[in-house]
Amino acid sequence: MPSVLEALNRALHRAFADCPDVILLGEDVLDPYGGAFKVSQGLSSAYPQRVFTTPISEAGICGVGAGMSLRGLRPVVEIMFGDFLALAADQLINHIAKFRWMYNDQVSVPLVIRTPMGGRRGYGPTHSQTLEKHFLGVPGLRILAPNTCGDPGELLYRAILETEEPILFIENKLLYLLPVQDATTLQDFHLTEVSSQLADRSDRGGKPAVSAYQLSVRGAPKPSLTIAAYGYMAELARQAVHTLAYQYEIFAELVILTQLAPFQGEAVLASARRSGHLLVVEEGSLSFGWGAEVVARTAQALGTQLQCVRRVAAQDLPVPASAPLEAQVLPGLDDIVQQAQLMV
Amino acid sequence: MFDNLSLYGELYRIRRFEETVLENFPKGVFSGTTHTYLGQEANAVGVLSHLKPEDVVFSNHRCHGHFLAYGGDPQALFAELMGRLGGVCGGRGGSQHLHWRNFYSSGVLGGVAPIAAGVALAEKIKGSGAITVAFVGDGTLGEGVLYEALNMASLWSAPILFVLENNRIAQTTPVDLALAGEIAARFEAFGIPARELDSSDVLEIFPAARAAIQAVRAERAPQALILHTCRFGPHSKGDDTRDPQEIVHMKQTRDPLKVHSGRLHPAERAVLDRQIDEQIAAAFQAALEEPFPYA
Repeated sequence: MPSVLEALNRALHRAFADCPDVILLGEDVLDPYGGAFKVSQGLSSAYPQRVFTTPISEAGICGVGAGMSLRGLRPVVEIMFGDFLALAADQLINHIAKFRWMYNDQVSVPLVIRTPMGGRRGYGPTHSQTLEKHFLGVPGLRILAPNTCGDPGELLYRAILETEEPILFIENKLLYLLPVQDATTLQDFHLTEVSSQLADRSDRGGKPAVSAYQLSVRGAPKPSLTIAAYGYMAELARQAVHTLAYQYEIFAELVILTQLAPFQGEAVLASARRSGHLLVVEEGSLSFGWGAEVVARTAQALGTQLQCVRRVAAQDLPVPASAPLEAQVLPGLDDIVQQAQLMV
Repeated sequence: MFDNLSLYGELYRIRRFEETVLENFPKGVFSGTTHTYLGQEANAVGVLSHLKPEDVVFSNHRCHGHFLAYGGDPQALFAELMGRLGGVCGGRGGSQHLHWRNFYSSGVLGGVAPIAAGVALAEKIKGSGAITVAFVGDGTLGEGVLYEALNMASLWSAPILFVLENNRIAQTTPVDLALAGEIAARFEAFGIPARELDSSDVLEIFPAARAAIQAVRAERAPQALILHTCRFGPHSKGDDTRDPQEIVHMKQTRDPLKVHSGRLHPAERAVLDRQIDEQIAAAFQAALEEPFPYA
């Protein structure tokens, strides 16, 4: 199986080959460097006229991408580190996310902004954050986070070519080198793809559904716990599901969401209905985060059927550079296993 | 096509629209806020008279004059300010957020500068031949993203004209309290040639804008046009902190309508004034009849 990085890179090449309107804007994206995390490698050699290596102007390049998309191109903007999205917040919140609705649906903004997020590489407080929670809940912005299940490349390809709205595409750095998984490689697990049928108001025009994934240990009895996660935390949660089953005889069902916003959580609701217990797991800091929204939605839908809720997240601190300190601040496998044990 | 009479009509139409807005705001027929273009009319008319249908315009919070000079419908603009269904954007955008044909405006200063540059680049990549005109004000010179946009527009030769309207005051802050250095030098530092004009005369602004726009078309690269101008009205509605005498003096010496109307036959002008008065009054009344939208 290809790695997530290879899958994303191939998807970009395929999108460039299939549509002449695809443009790349990003810092240090020219070959041989090909971007800080190499996701854009090879594009500038194959399509020199369509790849813009840019000044260090995150707001500016998001704006240029937005302008291009308003006029019918399909730009992809690479933000070198997700931390730098803060520099582009005005573009994302006040312009990109608003144009379509505030101009009375007379325009579309088929723009993909992709960026690596997350820690565990010792990059320290300004290069390790998981900042997408600050953009979740901005009306008009679709936020996708690939994981190792399904096909991250296909997700990116469809985001670029089959969607008419702006997409923030969040790639956890630790996913890049992991292999893409499917039912044949995940032999200890039963993997179900949950294709969302939700068509909410911001989703008009028959947009392709984005899949969620449901994983449980093969042959496990009815789950007593639902774990919800996305991105790289889904990887740790999958390991936790395995540990919980084989060491503690706790059978959990893992639900991995791919679309974070607009909220698309039927798979979580369905699983929590079966288990009555929900553990949400995220790499972002705890307070006011993604997990809080998942819990609130689930509690509202399930009422007293939901017996117990817990959250695993990063401490409300900057992400330290020191490896042992970073490991304490960020949520790990042990945290998930411990919290799960407290619930059932 | 651009005889003195028709240019006057364009100026007066904007004037009468904006006066109608300010006259009626206290009656509660409009929602939210507004920023009128009184005193600056010759800029919009002088610049936008040179556009082709495929060209693109980006404007800002003070966009009514640009919209009307672009050819926008006064009734749709009134309705938009009233939050009604027949508005330019169905009432969703309001005074500052308009989109019609190739006209876009938005209310966060500086934010549209890179977007306008991206539009200009997209049209260049597509080979449409369209150019983009982006209106910014002296207040926007304080926003960092403007300079990111100037840099990229020049670096990548975007066919765009930046029109800097310096009305010498940002909300209540005089330009002298907010701006170091020279305005033209800001553009020139990025290799963008800047033309500068201190005039309220549409017949001076018109040829300067034509030359700037011709240069953008010919060179497929950015140009700047700096228009020093006068804002007669408050920033919004009742928030003018300037000395009233200063405004009286401005209106006596720098009114684009006074400057230009001397070139017209008084009888001809009176007929046109009456036509436009009736047109704007009818547009206002018709907008009032529009239903409100549902969420």
